[in-house]
Amino acid sequence: MSDDLFRYVLRLADDHLILGQRLGEWCGKAPSLEEDLALANIGLDCLGQARALFTYAGKVEGKGRDEDDLAFLRPEREYCNALLVEQPNRDFAWAIARQFYFSAFMLPFWRAMGKSTDDDLRAIAAKAEKEVAYHLRHSAEWVIRLGDGTEESRRRMIAALEELFIYTGELFEMDDVALAMVSEGVAVDASELRDEWRRTVDGVLSEAHLTAPEAAYDQTGGREGRHTEHLGHLLSELQYMQRAYPGLEW
Amino acid sequence: MGVVVSDALNPSNVRARRAWDIAAAVPDPEIPVVTLADLGILRSVECDDNGAVIAKVTPTYSGCPATQLIEQMVLEALKRDGFENVRVESVMSPAWTTDWITSEGREKLREFGIAPPVKASNSIRALFGETAVNCPLCGSEDTERISEFGSTPCKALYRCRTCLEPFDYFKCL
Repeated sequence: MSDDLFRYVLRLADDHLILGQRLGEWCGKAPSLEEDLALANIGLDCLGQARALFTYAGKVEGKGRDEDDLAFLRPEREYCNALLVEQPNRDFAWAIARQFYFSAFMLPFWRAMGKSTDDDLRAIAAKAEKEVAYHLRHSAEWVIRLGDGTEESRRRMIAALEELFIYTGELFEMDDVALAMVSEGVAVDASELRDEWRRTVDGVLSEAHLTAPEAAYDQTGGREGRHTEHLGHLLSELQYMQRAYPGLEW
Repeated sequence: MGVVVSDALNPSNVRARRAWDIAAAVPDPEIPVVTLADLGILRSVECDDNGAVIAKVTPTYSGCPATQLIEQMVLEALKRDGFENVRVESVMSPAWTTDWITSEGREKLREFGIAPPVKASNSIRALFGETAVNCPLCGSEDTERISEFGSTPCKALYRCRTCLEPFDYFKCL
């Protein structure tokens, strides 16, 4: 039980740490000052959620690892985030498409998690649900603005939505760890959230006069530590200070 | 006003009451015009049998960078006033809501030029819909949102179409 719970919480923590890091890469480089603030703020929410989740994961594991140990000192293969969140910021449309797909999933996820039998996860969910509502609204507005914008913005929005689509199926994946947690009443059956997610995505894309992509296949493996080539580069930046100066504090 | 705050206002002993008053008066580091009590961030102050003071605070947003500073400020304020054995704990549940901002706090925000959150943040309409935000400077209802995210996680950026001034809006949560 506690090993499954540790893995389950760690997956959630990794999702938010890695996405927060990706969003942080926009700091000082976003298309406008308002957007610079917005992406940094969304990144901060992700990081805050990650901290709470890592702290809890460390407690569940019971080996004395704290949030920093878990965030900074694991090798790449031990990170179990979904592949979607590690995808790079090729352009602004990519950042928006990634956020939109993820937030459209996390909103019903955290809402359902509000009924978890696990006190810590329930408390984290109550806070995160309200934050994600803003993330979804913000990214959906940009999908519409870019998708229904100029020829160039539309072309880029379509490309980002299509290329990232193969990574969305993994969000709904249920393996032994997740199923064990569902049977304990701790976890949400993510596969049951797929219809709602699809309705959200289709609704926003139709407002943007875009057609929702269909995935030829689902690219998965992140939950078992099999990542795309992008994660290693992200981690080398994320971990640099703690690897170069072990125990460093600000 | 939340139940926990009311409890803390009537603590069983004078010491806890005094500690509450000190912690409650600590200003928010980002918006110093309001106190931690005004914002509903300070949840309770207790004294245990060994004389230790435990102040419980809650973050506004999960990733609010001011959270650690707030904990430190409460700790220092209490120590400065002679409390030796002090602990500050962060509580996640129940999740903070802008409904916990006191009416005094809302008035202070408005005077400072920040539009206070529209009420009843737990209604889906307020969280998702376009609710009318009055300009804190001239009171006009004719305002528009410039950005969902402002200078701190808890604020959005607005502009008044009547007096043309930009202003911060304390978001509903």
